[in-house]
Amino acid sequence: MMEMRASFFVECEELLEALQDGLATLEAGEEDNETVNVVFRAVHSIKGGAGAFALHDLVRFAHRFETMLDELRSGVLSVEPGLVRLSFSCADVLADLVRAARDGTEPPFERIDQTMEALDEMIAGEGEEEVTSADFQPVGLSFDFDLGGDAGGAGDSAPPVGHVITFRPAAALYASGNEPRFILKALAALGPVRVKVLTDDLPTLDSLEPEASLIAWRVHLDADVSEAAVREVFEFVEGLCDLVIERPGDAGDAAAPGTTPALPGTHPVTKATWGLPPAPVPTASAAPAPQPTRPAASGPAASGRPAEPAPPARASAAEKSADKSADKGGDKGASAAVEAKGTIRVDIDRIDRLVNLVGELVINQAMLAESVQDAGLTGHPNVESGLNEFMQLTRDIQESVMLIRAQPIKSLFQRMGRIVREASSMVGKEVHLRTEGEATEVDKTVIERLADPLTHMIRNAVDHGIERPDGRIASGKSRTGEIRLTAMHRSGRVLIEVSDDGAGINRPKVLAKAIERGLIDADAQLTDSDIDNLLFLPGFSTADTVSDLSGRGVGMDVVRSSIQALGGRVTIQSEPGKGTNFSISLPLTLAVLDGMVVRVAGQTLVVPLSVIEETMSLTSEGLASLGSESQVLRVRQGVVPLYDLGVELNYRDPLDTYVGRIALLVTLEDGRSVAIAVDKIEDQRQVVIKGLHSSYGRIPGIAAATILGNGQIALILDIGDLVSRARGVTRLRDTLSLAG
Amino acid sequence: MSLEVLAVDDSRTMRDLIAHTLRGAGMTPHLAEDGQHGLEVLEGLQPDAIITDINMPRLDGFGFIEALRADPRWRGLPILVLTTESAPELKQRARAAGATGWIVKPFDAEKLVKALQMVAG
Repeated sequence: MMEMRASFFVECEELLEALQDGLATLEAGEEDNETVNVVFRAVHSIKGGAGAFALHDLVRFAHRFETMLDELRSGVLSVEPGLVRLSFSCADVLADLVRAARDGTEPPFERIDQTMEALDEMIAGEGEEEVTSADFQPVGLSFDFDLGGDAGGAGDSAPPVGHVITFRPAAALYASGNEPRFILKALAALGPVRVKVLTDDLPTLDSLEPEASLIAWRVHLDADVSEAAVREVFEFVEGLCDLVIERPGDAGDAAAPGTTPALPGTHPVTKATWGLPPAPVPTASAAPAPQPTRPAASGPAASGRPAEPAPPARASAAEKSADKSADKGGDKGASAAVEAKGTIRVDIDRIDRLVNLVGELVINQAMLAESVQDAGLTGHPNVESGLNEFMQLTRDIQESVMLIRAQPIKSLFQRMGRIVREASSMVGKEVHLRTEGEATEVDKTVIERLADPLTHMIRNAVDHGIERPDGRIASGKSRTGEIRLTAMHRSGRVLIEVSDDGAGINRPKVLAKAIERGLIDADAQLTDSDIDNLLFLPGFSTADTVSDLSGRGVGMDVVRSSIQALGGRVTIQSEPGKGTNFSISLPLTLAVLDGMVVRVAGQTLVVPLSVIEETMSLTSEGLASLGSESQVLRVRQGVVPLYDLGVELNYRDPLDTYVGRIALLVTLEDGRSVAIAVDKIEDQRQVVIKGLHSSYGRIPGIAAATILGNGQIALILDIGDLVSRARGVTRLRDTLSLAG
Repeated sequence: MSLEVLAVDDSRTMRDLIAHTLRGAGMTPHLAEDGQHGLEVLEGLQPDAIITDINMPRLDGFGFIEALRADPRWRGLPILVLTTESAPELKQRARAAGATGWIVKPFDAEKLVKALQMVAG
């Protein structure tokens, strides 16, 4: 059941995506009936599923939203900007409700109420339709619902037990696929029955009309059940038969007024409102209508415990495209659907297991290559070509497996649409989001962890980048600003750009701020690009422009560090009056990493390539000492502090001289550069990341480990963490060196 | 003897739920995603009953039922409509198309099984 619930929430995400797509089409003015239908169906399906899991808030809201869309569908309402805006709002609220239900959190009731009110205004003349959960009670076939003690005839002090039912089907009953045999069986299930076949209408054979309904039944039901329970049995055939239900005392008293069985179609007792159930017993409208109690585990609806948060919906790369076809279980219908679409859904744990195994394979392949070399077989043509093929295959397998975890970035981009809408209305600007490359596939975890930094960047662009409408007009731009969100693959990485056509970075102001906050010296000579990069410094915030929006205590420094944590980089470009462009470059996967294999004090270590700007040999001219322990390195115009990796990791004491060693020039999260001294660079290669957290917890300065081709285990360093720790110890030195 | 039931619904969640319920009741579920798919799946089947949604892409529930009733093979087959809709005119339309019965969601497993037993034994 929990699995089904999880699967429901996964489907909801897909439906929400379809909803967004449809609304975007409507917004673009390209509406047609099918688009409206798709939008309607998405909401409708969410409502249907939510009902099954007793998610009342979700059902109530979806129903109201659906009502508006239905009016749109039927032409009562038409597509106009106000309606589209409201629909987007509704889609957002719907998404909130879905996620709140999934995570067991509190939905934003205030916003829901506001949106409901707006919906009510939009839905012309439908305001009186009060939707309560009672509307979604099983009114159609409410076996339990109508079994209340008063349903069988209140006021009877001692009614005789049992019923006498006269049942005369019309021909239409058979035509609709109903079968009297099963109806009689259902009656028998209520208690002991005596059934009499009434053949009065049966003509002689020569006048027999084969398609006519000629046989009726009288059933004596000897059970203390309510009349409502008996009527339930005839639920589907109301109006398709003559039905008389009497108490045993009256039975056979065929002359009693109003109860005489008559010819089909003329009998006054049953109304011709087929399918309409007997009016349900009204329930107190305030309280949620009673759920029928059932034996435990009698069915999914019974065992769904709404209060319990569902496990996070597991999603896989395949799932996005699996879309429609994904029925588990081996029944024929489901497998037919699967074949039709060519996709399957797979639990993500299985994929991760596969990713791990492929990692082992990569390591194994590297080890084999090394063994072959050690054995002196490298020159052997067969061995050589075999090994090359093996290497190629391993690489192909690895890439294919990584692709399984990849998902289109579309879902993330769609969320940004909402951010733009909310942010721009909050600050009174008009902003349009344009997205490109939504189909670009990115590792699932990367997508998840990119949401926060991207949200922040988009908010920033709305708040600080885009000008107010009047300001834009004054500078000859269109009233509505544009934020462009693009994604593409470039040289084995994913490139995501956030650009706006706003005013660009106000460099004098940024500079003044940085000086005021003591982040740079007053007389520092900075290039434009240096100034732009000041935005990434911790503690930098243009406080006088703090608004509801971006004054949340999260700075661009956090954005940068979250992107770096993903093995990515973020750069900034800005042109005054034209706009600002943030560019994020990310690895395709988190399972492997491009690393530089270095040796320090006899140890082999891996430094992520993404942090290394350049490498250089240390010469006596480049090095300068500050005091007895501190070294700095001259790099072009400036100097950067030099850290000995061997010292920082406690492998050795500081060396007397670093001449002849290698320095890795590294840019830290705060934008500052430092040099890391190592003894030797061994190699530059892809390494498989092996987490250490589960076994050792967090280790200062160490990000993970890997296994090298020779079978040796090497630690992957977290340079930023390492240096900030070193700084804590050597802050004095650090300050000195920078002052020099 | 186990009942074979074809369930047609465009919501995966709903199909999962129905399939789960039917299996739990000892029935054999077959699944389809919309009316069109339902007709295709039906080609290889001899079901004892059909459950169908109304709002579906390609071929909706009404069209699906009409297509079934137009085919002599399925003329007497019990067809239950399972939907969130409860408007009388829609029910009337379903009846006119040839539906056997109408069950209003939310999904209630016990209700569904009882209804199936009532129309298909």
